[in-house]
Amino acid sequence: MPKKRVLMSGNEAVATALRQINPDVFPAFPITPSTEIPQYFSNYVSNGLVDTEFITVESEHSSMSAAIGASAAGARALTATSSAGLAFMWEVLGVAASHRLPVALCAVCRALTGPLNINCDHSDTMGAKDSGWIQLYAENNQEAYDNMVMAFNIAENKDVMLPIMICQDGFITSHAVNNMELLDDLTVKEFVGEYEADHYLLNPDETFAVGPYAVSDYYMESRKAQAHAMENAKQVILDVAKDFEKISGRKYGLIEEYQMEDAEYAVVIIGSAAGTTKDAIDKMRANGDKVGLVKIRSFRPFPGKEIATALKGCKAVAVMDRSESFSTNGGPVGAETMQAMYSEKCDALTINIMYGIGGRDVRVEDMMNVYETLKDIAAKGETGDVYRYMGLRDKEAK
Amino acid sequence: MKDTLEIRWHGRGGQGAKTAALLLAEVAFKTGMNAQGFPEYGPERMGAPITAYDRISHNEIRVHSNIYDPQYVVVVDETLVDIVDVTKGLREDGAILINTARDKEEIIPSLKGYKGKVYTIDARKIAMETLGKNFPNTPMLAAIVKVTGVIDDETFLNEMEGSFKHKFAKKPEVIEGNMSALRMALKEVK
Repeated sequence: MPKKRVLMSGNEAVATALRQINPDVFPAFPITPSTEIPQYFSNYVSNGLVDTEFITVESEHSSMSAAIGASAAGARALTATSSAGLAFMWEVLGVAASHRLPVALCAVCRALTGPLNINCDHSDTMGAKDSGWIQLYAENNQEAYDNMVMAFNIAENKDVMLPIMICQDGFITSHAVNNMELLDDLTVKEFVGEYEADHYLLNPDETFAVGPYAVSDYYMESRKAQAHAMENAKQVILDVAKDFEKISGRKYGLIEEYQMEDAEYAVVIIGSAAGTTKDAIDKMRANGDKVGLVKIRSFRPFPGKEIATALKGCKAVAVMDRSESFSTNGGPVGAETMQAMYSEKCDALTINIMYGIGGRDVRVEDMMNVYETLKDIAAKGETGDVYRYMGLRDKEAK
Repeated sequence: MKDTLEIRWHGRGGQGAKTAALLLAEVAFKTGMNAQGFPEYGPERMGAPITAYDRISHNEIRVHSNIYDPQYVVVVDETLVDIVDVTKGLREDGAILINTARDKEEIIPSLKGYKGKVYTIDARKIAMETLGKNFPNTPMLAAIVKVTGVIDDETFLNEMEGSFKHKFAKKPEVIEGNMSALRMALKEVK
């Protein structure tokens, strides 16, 4: 398959995947906190590179509502946003999921206001984790592009029919240029194919209700059906990844394990900091430290069993969270990972570290310190505080 | 060269330091290297100090942090020397490149005892002569290419001519000025 080596930002990478996909409808709120993704895409529209209906709307609530309407009508639809824009979509996110509409959302993960902050963390997408959307996270520009190319094949699968969020780290990957490889336009076009909805509002031969009333007699069954679809998504994500490997040579799973075969100390992490952690691992492995990484690619569906299985045999584990949940017990990745570890009888001493919030930088040395902390914990045989912060200005603060 | 060449840019919002950092990444990329170029984002205001970074390597670049101990620092606006700690973490086997009309000897006392190499270039003068406007980023790009030797002059000029032809497809009259700025800067960095 012809491939092209390019230097691109994460925003341009996702926009390029969208150009190759040529979706039917793309409503977007074109002002901050939106991203360059709709900006790049609007150029493709103006230059005639796609024949997408690009609709500028007055808010993110409206952009998601328009995408839902278009999808219900039978179109392949998506939108893009970030930060407060995603928060403003919250009400309708659940509508897309419960209507079983395979809408896509290009999310660039950024902090939520207040204090006012535009930098990277996962507060926005983690805030939407229980909305019924599939969520895939990228470590770098290449993965953001690849996940976007795979997105509709997952969402539109008849066993799934759920909306999908393609998440990447704000600024860190969205605005940084990096080497990557593009597939050629025809390969992507053929891989993604056309969307043909089974049921859609513009079908004159079938009357069809979208968003009907369902009180206590049916609501719970609807929820269970969504949960069942999410379970199906696990296998579909793997199947699509297998097909994708054939055209790209790149392998994807629900999680990625790095140096886990004999790892005694492991970090569980999502997003760009996984790359930084890999550099930390290589440095520590050179000194004989048995350290490894489990990177979560699919947070929804949550691959609890796979993560816990990968961590079996570890002496100590640090689960990293780039968003607060104010539970006073830790963040969302920590809570779900530890629940899965408990169910799978994985008894590694485990801590949950809040890091990189609001764009606080994460260095290789920071991740090496995490592994040193894990070695101490294993030596003492006690976790100490399970819920911790890393990289605060006041080093003594907990 | 260490495994990865790391460069930090200091400029002011609107001067094109971020663009220059991204252009340097592109130049390195075109010669077959792996490159990463990114700005440090904060409040974006014209004239406010900004920082941008480049990593250039033969290997895959996986790290996503800012750069704390760069091999090279580029200062696009010399007034920053007194208000930003421009030599912070700068390796002494590296170098700092400053856009100034002054002599090196006049600048060095402001560099907090930095013992590595100091290069200067009058990018403002070059930009005014070749572009008619104070766009210092084009000469600064050529100067850092010369200082780092990341790519030889001739390949660099050829690559940039290609980029400018693409970038300025709708206003080809500015291509020659930009090329002159690059050529002058390659000669005048000292």
